[in-house]
Amino acid sequence: MRRIRAFKDRSTRHFMLGIAIFTILFLVIMGLCLFFKALPIMKEKSLWVLLTSADWKPFKGDFGFLPFIISTFYVSLIAIIIALPLSLLVSVYLNSYASVKVRRFFEPVVDLLSGIPPIIYGVWGTLTIVPLIANNIAPRFVEFSSGYTVLAGGLVLAVMIIPLLISIMVEVFRSIPREMTDASLSMGATKWQTVKKVILRRSFSGIIAATVLALSRAFGETMAVLMVCGNITQIPHSVFDACYPLPALIANNYGEMLSMPSYESALMFSAFLLFIIVIMFNGLSRVILNQIEKRYQFS
Amino acid sequence: MKIKLLEEKVFKIIMVGAAVIILGVLLFIIGTVLYKGLPSLSWDMITKLPGGGFYLGKEGGVLNAIVGSVFIIFGSLALSILISVPLVMYINFYLPQNSGFSKTIRFSLDILFGIPSIVYGAFGFALMVYLGIRASLLGGIITVGMLIMPIMMRSFDEVARLLSRDLPDALLSLGATKYEMTRVLLKQLMPGLMTAILLAIGRGIGDAATVLFTAGYTDNIPASLNQPAATLPLAIFFQLGSPVPEVQNRAYASAVILTVIILILSFSARYFSSKFSKNKI
Repeated sequence: MRRIRAFKDRSTRHFMLGIAIFTILFLVIMGLCLFFKALPIMKEKSLWVLLTSADWKPFKGDFGFLPFIISTFYVSLIAIIIALPLSLLVSVYLNSYASVKVRRFFEPVVDLLSGIPPIIYGVWGTLTIVPLIANNIAPRFVEFSSGYTVLAGGLVLAVMIIPLLISIMVEVFRSIPREMTDASLSMGATKWQTVKKVILRRSFSGIIAATVLALSRAFGETMAVLMVCGNITQIPHSVFDACYPLPALIANNYGEMLSMPSYESALMFSAFLLFIIVIMFNGLSRVILNQIEKRYQFS
Repeated sequence: MKIKLLEEKVFKIIMVGAAVIILGVLLFIIGTVLYKGLPSLSWDMITKLPGGGFYLGKEGGVLNAIVGSVFIIFGSLALSILISVPLVMYINFYLPQNSGFSKTIRFSLDILFGIPSIVYGAFGFALMVYLGIRASLLGGIITVGMLIMPIMMRSFDEVARLLSRDLPDALLSLGATKYEMTRVLLKQLMPGLMTAILLAIGRGIGDAATVLFTAGYTDNIPASLNQPAATLPLAIFFQLGSPVPEVQNRAYASAVILTVIILILSFSARYFSSKFSKNKI
């Protein structure tokens, strides 16, 4: 009896250790797998050419990723510019102003926004945002726009990253010791002055971390952006141009590329690129957020 | 003196405005989908397979996609529960608190959590080519499993971290082995696990980029793991690409089905997590 118990205990412990090691290694395996799949194209062309050339003619053997890289950054940047102020205001409101009732009410709102699948955002974007841009917004600035634009992608993406931004920023604000805000208020500062001079200043690094994390989420978003951004291989010059972000490139061309090894490798290269960028951004913001959490625990 | 009070008022109005905008956007999204989709939603949509000429606007439904999505999500759920539950128990109750190893695991989970689904899709596809698996139910299960594993672990870990340390200590002092202790604790953590599972289902069932190359698409219900499987998000995507208005309307109706599933999952997750916080007192 005792032996069986000890055996069960030992074997589960080994099993768990195995899983734990596997989880850490999984990241490495994934990176290596994508790297080796992308290796043929990196041997064919120099990394410099791949990243800075704008020629994209897969059937002639030209693989310049610049239009896709610029599109990805452009769309994500627009999304952050729209989402950051909104989320900042709402997070401050939920943290310092709103009553418990309002806060309770807002939790499921944020939950639902983050739970809605990308494809639904895409459907919504094509039904509302795209015609809005084509008929109402774009004509004021340019002669013609189909509506499937950088701006449409950015708007849809903004809504998608807002829940992420709000939930992290509320956490960050909550980590500020109560004594600090109380001290400010008792000195006669208004709530808004306290927010400005204490809360926002104190949580500056946390806001940066949240932004970086949201950016990395935006880089990888596929279906919703693909459905509204036009998918034309070009370097977008204004927000009313169509664009073609990296994830959309992978998603759109996967079926047909199997016949051409260098094309497949090129698409794997874009997946690898996305992987590296996202890991770097993610890692950076997690390091900052972990530090904030630590400060919270010991203060 | 007056300026600071004015500033206070102005910013409060702006903040409330921002909150109203966000609430409005959520209602706008759900409203748009319901408005466009409800007229085309019928019992046939949910209970019938695509008939002949379905993609030209003739009769049929998206049962293939609903069942395919359910198959994939249950398979990947089984896979990720099998891995995430032991791992979470391990970092919380086996390893010493705040040990370097558990920090490393948590950090890599955070990173895995942030990797976009399209990258999982591409990696899953490369893996399948290497193993000689075609686009199939199995491929979809493995790839979606990879996607939802970190989601589940992080959500479950958050709950496990909050569990009082007295219970494990009491169990161990009564002479239980760590394995026996884990089983008791797991029972205690059940509502938290349910929340994590529902969250993972919600994310997994709505994701299109992972299954795009790995699960394939078919008009039939897959009979074995080697057959391709249709999924709800892809059904919406493909029908939306059709030039026939009836088919497009069906895409909207399918979007309603998916949205309703997500709403139900989200509210049940909320229910379970509130139940957990009640247990905790």
